[in-house]
Amino acid sequence: MSVIRDVMPAFDLVQPRSVNDAQRLLQQYGADAWIMAGGLDSFDWLKDRIKQPKVLVDLSGIEELRGIRPTGDGLEIGALTTLTEIVKHPAIREKYGLLAEAAELIASPQIRNQGTIGGNVSQDARCWYYRAGWPCYRAGGNICYADTPEGRNREHAILHAERCVAVNPSDSAPALITLDAKFVMRTPKGERVVDAEDYFIGPEIDITRLHILRPGDLLTAIRIPSTWAGARFYFEKVRDRNVWDFALMNVASAMQVSGNTIQRIRMAVNGAAARPLRLKGVEDAVRGKSATPATGEMAGKLAVEGAIPLQFNAYKIPLMRNLVKRAIGGVEEATWAF
Amino acid sequence: MGILKRITEWATSPWGQSVPIHVAWFLIWVAGIAGLLFLVVHVIYVRYFAPAEEFAGSVSPALAAELPRQVPRHSLAARLFHWIMAASMFILLFTAFLPKVGVQFNWVTYHWIAGSVLTVSIVFHVIHASFWLDFWAIWPDRADMVDAWRRVRRFMGRPAPPPRKFAKYPLENKLYHGAIIATGLSAIGTGVFMMSRVHTIFFPRNPYLFSDMTWGLMYVLHGLAGIGLIALVMMHVYFAVRPEKLDITKSMVFGTMKREFYLKHYDPQRWAVEVSQPGSNRTDREA
Repeated sequence: MSVIRDVMPAFDLVQPRSVNDAQRLLQQYGADAWIMAGGLDSFDWLKDRIKQPKVLVDLSGIEELRGIRPTGDGLEIGALTTLTEIVKHPAIREKYGLLAEAAELIASPQIRNQGTIGGNVSQDARCWYYRAGWPCYRAGGNICYADTPEGRNREHAILHAERCVAVNPSDSAPALITLDAKFVMRTPKGERVVDAEDYFIGPEIDITRLHILRPGDLLTAIRIPSTWAGARFYFEKVRDRNVWDFALMNVASAMQVSGNTIQRIRMAVNGAAARPLRLKGVEDAVRGKSATPATGEMAGKLAVEGAIPLQFNAYKIPLMRNLVKRAIGGVEEATWAF
Repeated sequence: MGILKRITEWATSPWGQSVPIHVAWFLIWVAGIAGLLFLVVHVIYVRYFAPAEEFAGSVSPALAAELPRQVPRHSLAARLFHWIMAASMFILLFTAFLPKVGVQFNWVTYHWIAGSVLTVSIVFHVIHASFWLDFWAIWPDRADMVDAWRRVRRFMGRPAPPPRKFAKYPLENKLYHGAIIATGLSAIGTGVFMMSRVHTIFFPRNPYLFSDMTWGLMYVLHGLAGIGLIALVMMHVYFAVRPEKLDITKSMVFGTMKREFYLKHYDPQRWAVEVSQPGSNRTDREA
C-alpha cells in the first residue's frame, strides 16, 4: 500500500471561537468534519492520509473549553485543558491525585503540554493494522487482521473482544471512571451528561468507535464529583518503555478504608478490552474485606475470569491479575505471580 | 463491474488489491422504499382497478357436502416451521440492519444464533417437504402458466377464458417461495461461512478460509440477499394482513381454512383435500 507520509490531504480548516460556533459547524458538516483538539492523534491520521476529512474543526481557539473550575461538588475540567495543567493543578493533586498521577504517566512532557484531557479520552485505537489503513472491522471492513493465527496482537484485548480486538489506549480513562467522573457533551439535542464508564463503548455496540460521540457531538467538559476526594488511590501503568509509551495495561483504584477494612472501592483497568473496564465484580467481592495481599490475590483472580488470550498476549492475564492485586493489597506487600 | 461498483463498497487489502467489502448501505433504504412503493401501488390497484375474481369451473354439490367445515391446510409441523422461520428471519433482519441505521446494540451474537436456528429449520423443512408433504405443490406447473397467461390477457382486455381455481398454492405464492429460496439460501450459504469469521460455538475461527476477494464477494452476496429479504418480508407481511387473505393467514395459525373460502378459491382437482372419517386424524400428506 502506498502511503504518502507527512503530506496531509487537502481539507477546509475552520477555527471556531465558541462552543456554539463549533457545534453549529459540526452539525453543518456532520460526518465530513474531523474534530481536532491537541492534534496528537489527528496529525497521525492526516499525515498518513488514512483519514481524509473534508473539514477540520480546530477547537484550539475556544477558550471556554479550557481550564479547571471548582463546582459545588468537585471540579469541572474543560475538555481542552492540557494534561500538564491537570498534572500541576493544586486541587487535583491534593484531592484527586489519581488523575494527576495517571495524566503524568501519559506520553512525554512535550505531548502532555499539547495533549488535552478531551483528546486523551477520545483518541482512537492504536492497533497498527487499523492505523496502517487496512480495511479491518474498525475501518468499516469485515476482518480483524490482528485476531488471526499470524496476527501481531501482543498489545491487544483479552476481554470482551468482539470481532475487533483493539484496546482503548487512554491512561486517564480508568482514573476518571474510578473517580466517578461525568462527561459533558453538546449534542444536536442539547447537553448530555454521562458517567465516564458509559462514555466508552466496545465493538459489540459500535465497532468503528471507541466512545459514544457521534458526528455533530462535542465533548465539552469532564466533571469530577467530590465522592472520592482524598481517598486512598492507586494507579499503575505498565508499558514497554517507561520513558514514553502507550500502556500495555493500567489500573486505577480508589478506596475508602476504615482501619484496613475496605469500606468503599471503585476500580478500573484499561488495555484489556476495547473500552476501559470498571471491575464491579471485584469491587463487590472485596468490599468489607481487609486491604491485604490475600484480598488482592483473590481480586486479581476474579478480575481475569473469562479472559481469552490471543496468540501473543497471554502475558496480559497475569499482568492484569497482578495489577489488580497490587491495587488492593499494595505494592510493598504484593509479589508478582505468573 | 459498473453496477457492482455502484452497489458495493470497496477497500484496498494489505496486498494492494482492490476488494469488495460489503454492499453499499444505501440499498437498505432502496429496499425499504421499494417495498413500501409496492404496497402503495397494490393497495391502489386493488381498491380502484382490480376486476372481480372470476374462475372457470365449479365444484359439485356432492363433493362440497363431503368436505369438513374446516378444511385442513397446514400440518402442525409445517406451521411450527413457518413461525420459527419467521421469528428467526425477523431477528436476522433487525439485528443486521438496525445497527446500520443508527440503532446500536450487541447484534452479532443474536444474529448468528438466529441464523443457526433458521438454517436448522430450513434443513428440517427440506426434509419434511420432500418426504412428508407434496413436494411439488409449491413449484409452478403447466396449469399455472396457462392460467397466468389467461389472467394477463384478461387484464389487458383481450379475449381469454377465465383461469381455473388455484391449486393449494397460487402462482404468486409459488413465485414468492422461489424468491425466498433464492435469497434465503444465498444468505444462509454465505452466512454459514461467515460464521467462521466470528467466535461461535460451531467452528474454530478462521478468517483465512478464502481469499480477500472471495470473502468480499461473499459479504456482498450476503448483503444483497439480506436487503432483498427486507422488501420480500414487507410484501409477505402486507399480504398476510390483507382482508381477503386473512383466511390463508389464519390457516397458518390454526391449520385449517373455512370450507367456503376453499370452495371459492381452490380447485379440488388440483388440491384434493383428504376427507377424514369421523374420529380419525389427518395426516401430513394432505398439507
